[in-house]
Amino acid sequence: MTDDTLPTLAVWKFASCDGCQLTLLDCEDELLGLADRVRISHFLEMSGAEGTGDDGPAGLEGVGPYDLSLVEGSVTTAEDARRIRRIRQISRRLVTIGACATAGGVQALRNFADVTEFRAAVYAHPEYIATLATSTPISAHVPVDFELRGCPIDRRQLLEVITAYLAERKPNIPAHSVCYECKRRGTTCITVAHGTPCLGPVTHAGCGAICPAYDRGCYGCFGPSNTLNMPAMVRQLQHDGMSERDVVRVFRTFNAASPEYAELPGLVNQDTSTDRETG
Amino acid sequence: MSHRGERILRLDALARVEGEGALHLAIGDGEVTDTRLRIYEPPRFFEAFLIGRGHTEPPDITSRICGICPVAYQMTACQAIEAACGVTVDGQLAELRRLLYYGEWIESQSLHIHLLHAPDFHGHPSAVELAREQRGPVERGLRIKQAGNAVMELLGGRAIHPVNVRLGGFYRVPTRSELAPLAEQLRRVRDDALETVRWVAGFDFPDAEIDCELLAMQESGRYAIDSGAPTVLSPADGTTPNQANSQRRFPVGEFEQHVVEEHVPHSTALRSSLDGRRHLTGSLARYAISGRWLHLTAAEAARAAGLGDPATGAVCRNPFRSIVVRAVEVVHAVEEALHIIGAYEPPPRPHVDVAPRAAEGCAATEAPRGLLYHRYAMDADGTLTFARIVPPTAQNQAAIEEDLRRLVQARLDRPGDPPTDEELTGLCERAVRNHDPCISCSAHFLDLTVDRA
Repeated sequence: MTDDTLPTLAVWKFASCDGCQLTLLDCEDELLGLADRVRISHFLEMSGAEGTGDDGPAGLEGVGPYDLSLVEGSVTTAEDARRIRRIRQISRRLVTIGACATAGGVQALRNFADVTEFRAAVYAHPEYIATLATSTPISAHVPVDFELRGCPIDRRQLLEVITAYLAERKPNIPAHSVCYECKRRGTTCITVAHGTPCLGPVTHAGCGAICPAYDRGCYGCFGPSNTLNMPAMVRQLQHDGMSERDVVRVFRTFNAASPEYAELPGLVNQDTSTDRETG
Repeated sequence: MSHRGERILRLDALARVEGEGALHLAIGDGEVTDTRLRIYEPPRFFEAFLIGRGHTEPPDITSRICGICPVAYQMTACQAIEAACGVTVDGQLAELRRLLYYGEWIESQSLHIHLLHAPDFHGHPSAVELAREQRGPVERGLRIKQAGNAVMELLGGRAIHPVNVRLGGFYRVPTRSELAPLAEQLRRVRDDALETVRWVAGFDFPDAEIDCELLAMQESGRYAIDSGAPTVLSPADGTTPNQANSQRRFPVGEFEQHVVEEHVPHSTALRSSLDGRRHLTGSLARYAISGRWLHLTAAEAARAAGLGDPATGAVCRNPFRSIVVRAVEVVHAVEEALHIIGAYEPPPRPHVDVAPRAAEGCAATEAPRGLLYHRYAMDADGTLTFARIVPPTAQNQAAIEEDLRRLVQARLDRPGDPPTDEELTGLCERAVRNHDPCISCSAHFLDLTVDRA
């Protein structure tokens, strides 16, 4: 083996469910081939060794340098805030994978709570737990070369990102909405045809528009698209029968802390009052 | 700082497990004085932020606790809320749910067998190195895993965090012809699954025995996955007076009276005990408690693999052999999935209505790693007022730590050269992986009991 000449890949975990790094292990057809072309130098879920094993057991800090680091999860502890800075220093390229690393994840729902009360009400012994008041994306702590969306990420998109960075090119990951993917897939618009509430118009593409193909409205697990009109979206969702509470709930899930959703509470209240006036 | 004769071993990052954990081992004068599986995975507060959410939301939200067993969370959440609402999902909808769950079993158990566990038995740091030596078995494992993923992708829309699950059933159910290629793929991996049992049965297994209680769901006539009642098998070694391998059952509604958690300083997971004793859930427990209802092909494979005769209640207490039991469970899951597809008739509606009401409900199912329990309470409009989730690894933690202690002690007691630190930490890592801990899951357990003293 000429492992020394191969580009090196590292995979890191912060607060998360492991699903996005599992996506790499779900590349059943490509995994062994990838391992021939890339040195998977640090990936705790897959290997107990650092590098080719000569660097000893893999630790949380890594050894580096790495050509490409994939980072899963959000920052929720002071220790992790320090660790991501160290990982940035030893990584030539750093790509976040998934909603936690890119937007704070579902655990960012804590950002909307009264944190002191929240923590005291939850743990029998809060003093045993070290946690920050917020769950923040990796980009709030270090510069990020690319953010791959999704809760979870899409396998094909992950392979595209790895391939692109290894070939020193920009990944071909469109930032338009899920609507484009429904059209490409040939799925009839479920909002137009059935009045099903759907977040597709404001949601980042990448999943392949799975939900509408299963007679379900998009629930936004890839987060906001590049051009989104939130006031129009909220109006449409309410038109299709969602209550103001349900509209807030559906955006406050896996990408809750996305800045694009920040105007939501105002929009919902405003729309309700408009409805009352006109109704 | 170590003092007189004391030796402290630490392993700061467990590899080839799901989530983040560390090991701490203390030895004084030839005796193991402390073993700790330290779960430092940051907490994510699921049970806190579920409060105030809608009763339709836990299947999607709790699936995000674990990317390796999202279906287990979805199925358990659905059943708990349906129980609260007085709804039973049966017939073909229940069969489809089970098919989806078998898909997850096939995927998750194959992942553990081939990518996480098998490298230990061949002295390799990962499956990549293992594949350089034995490409065939690893590729075979990936084929089986892929078939499990195919089941989840077809029924659930995708393998990780499936989108097609909802209270009462599914958003859309497949046609018979949509399932046909899946059956073809599963038939192709049936031989792979049997070959995997033979492969792992030939591994070299150290002598070891767990002495704790075994806990699994049990339903007469079925190797329980999403039904039945929690059932306990006590060991016949004197820890339970006057009982030899005795079984006892309790209704799932009494789960929290039997399985009690405590919050310990070294862990963001809570540690459970069962009626005051250590217990283990997962493949070894299921095999002991439900083995007689394994599919005949799986039972035959188990016998040939040296696991005893499951038809007569064989029990395997060697945690290293759990890899063989998992391989047998994959054969069972493939056969059962094929059976469901063969008998499938599309139900008239993809789901039944689950109207909210002021009520409380709980359920338990068999996640690949062991028994998973959910309980929810809701208002009349479906707003959740309470959520509790007890994952398998939090239950297993005490048993894993005791298992570590016994293995290390046995090694220390063995005559000859004393073990090096490297050997002991390696042994401990293997011992932990035997139980396939799902650390992301366990770290997200939160107890809502407030102790303000």
